Amino acid sequence: MTDTPLLQVTNVTKTFGGIIALNNVSFDVNKGEILGIIGPNGSGKTTVVNCITGFVKVSSGRVLFRGETITGKPPHKIADMGVLRTFQIMRPYFSLPAYKNLVIPLCSPRARRTGGWRGGGKLGDRNTVSIDILEEIGFERDSYVPYKTTNTLPTGYLKRLELARCLALKPELIICDEVFSGLSMSEIASMVPLIERLQMDGITLIMIEHRLRELFQVANRVMVLNFGEKLVEGSAREVMADERVREAYFGSEVVEEVMKHA
Amino acid sequence: MKIGTQQRRQERIDRGIKVRTDGLYALMSWRELAYLIAPRLLLIGGLLLLPLVVPGMYWLRVISIVCIYALLALSFDFLAHYVGLVSLGGAFFVGVGGYLTALLNTGMGISPLVAIPVAAIFGGVICTILLLPCLPLRGVYFAIVTLMYPLFLARVIEALNILGGTDGIMGIDGVPYVWLEQYGIIAMLLLILFGLRRLVNTDLGLVMRAVKDNDQAVRASGMNITHYKALAVFIASSVGCLAGACLVHTYMWAGISTFALDFSVLPIAATVIGGGGTLVGPVLGCLILVPISELLRDFGTLRIVFYSLILLGFIVFRSDGLMIYGQRKYHQFERWTDI
Repeated sequence: MTDTPLLQVTNVTKTFGGIIALNNVSFDVNKGEILGIIGPNGSGKTTVVNCITGFVKVSSGRVLFRGETITGKPPHKIADMGVLRTFQIMRPYFSLPAYKNLVIPLCSPRARRTGGWRGGGKLGDRNTVSIDILEEIGFERDSYVPYKTTNTLPTGYLKRLELARCLALKPELIICDEVFSGLSMSEIASMVPLIERLQMDGITLIMIEHRLRELFQVANRVMVLNFGEKLVEGSAREVMADERVREAYFGSEVVEEVMKHA
Repeated sequence: MKIGTQQRRQERIDRGIKVRTDGLYALMSWRELAYLIAPRLLLIGGLLLLPLVVPGMYWLRVISIVCIYALLALSFDFLAHYVGLVSLGGAFFVGVGGYLTALLNTGMGISPLVAIPVAAIFGGVICTILLLPCLPLRGVYFAIVTLMYPLFLARVIEALNILGGTDGIMGIDGVPYVWLEQYGIIAMLLLILFGLRRLVNTDLGLVMRAVKDNDQAVRASGMNITHYKALAVFIASSVGCLAGACLVHTYMWAGISTFALDFSVLPIAATVIGGGGTLVGPVLGCLILVPISELLRDFGTLRIVFYSLILLGFIVFRSDGLMIYGQRKYHQFERWTDI
């Protein structure tokens, strides 16, 4: 039993030229929990993901995974440690069928070491393993779906495919960049149990979301970003009760207006 | 659109054999076997018979040149359509491979039969190392850098007067037997063509295609994309250097003109005409373009004019490429249906 959090983000600042995208943001993620990150558009949510996973270099500050510094490492090294991410804008390998999309992450060194999501250290036939993962994530095994080229698949499947791409590497931490966005209500409803199952399997998640209702359903803690700064952090109830969060989302004028009528 | 008239549209339906055999080779009859094998046999048989049917030594030489350009076109098509690196480095590869084999042959007295493969492999290594800093570049940026290298190397040789300077390296041995030279290069072309086709469908090939589709996702999956790009560049540049080495032993001379931009541009034209991304297409394109260019020699200065017109015609009327058009006709019925 260790007390160090799985992921520690300490004083991370990221500037693009003169624009401060992240200003001194710190937070911890404990093993097995789901941390939600919310915030208005342009508040730096995706930049947080990029900073953790090494896709952009932080200007200052440190990110520690299992107590080891990962800032400055290239993205593939960080992914190799088990920190996986999905992309907000899904771009699967369009020319390939869905199951072949998963063969690619299964070629990575980490997948070969671990054998994929359920793998016990030995990777079997990549096509078989990929169909197995797809089935667990909600692709019907005995249908056409896993064999269809991805440019013909609906958004719901593509979002699942993004998650499956992470699972192929047997992740410890998945950072989901808006997995609920662009989905229909029923698609979201089927996605929520999936997220809960990942948590039960011992995977830690950071979820960046705009769909607050569903996020609050699954997240253990929620952090709010606004203009690159951390506003508050706490349970969903605490966060929503916070005056500053309301202001950030609705603007101070609206809040004043509402308060007058209240 | 007129109202009241019947509208029609063209329907395309996969042939039954195609549906059953696509990817799964569970063959039920000779007919199906023939359906799969006939196009391949046609290509292999055609290429092997070609030297027997052409008139005279001159056309035998043309066939060798076709094969050399076809190797370059294969290397371009592989890099551009399966790895996403648009390379104008044909001249670079030819030059490096050509000078390397020339040095091995004249300097160390190594037989062409050994010097050509050695030049191909080591040329590939040299080209890959030189291109290594440019691998993070994509699209047109990579193209410009690969275009710069042959210009750069040619001027270095000229200015420093090394490697024979502007005179080039002379006294290079030809391949010992004429028929070995002729069939050796045809065999290599076929081997590399079918080898590359197999490669792009292996898991390694899939990763390379993924790098083309979405390199960020490949990085996010814990794979070093530079590693895969370097491997692909090594394969493509080795093929290019092989072409260069064969060229030098065919002409028995290596000079600055091995860095000529023809070797970069003609393979691209052939790929466009033949159909990019099919690998067979570029070979077909070279089989058309190079002989046309030879036939037009009688027209003197007007040669380039006719050549350009033919090229233009292909691009305007068959912009998807001959091979893609041919594959569609072979695999699908087309019929008009009322809607």
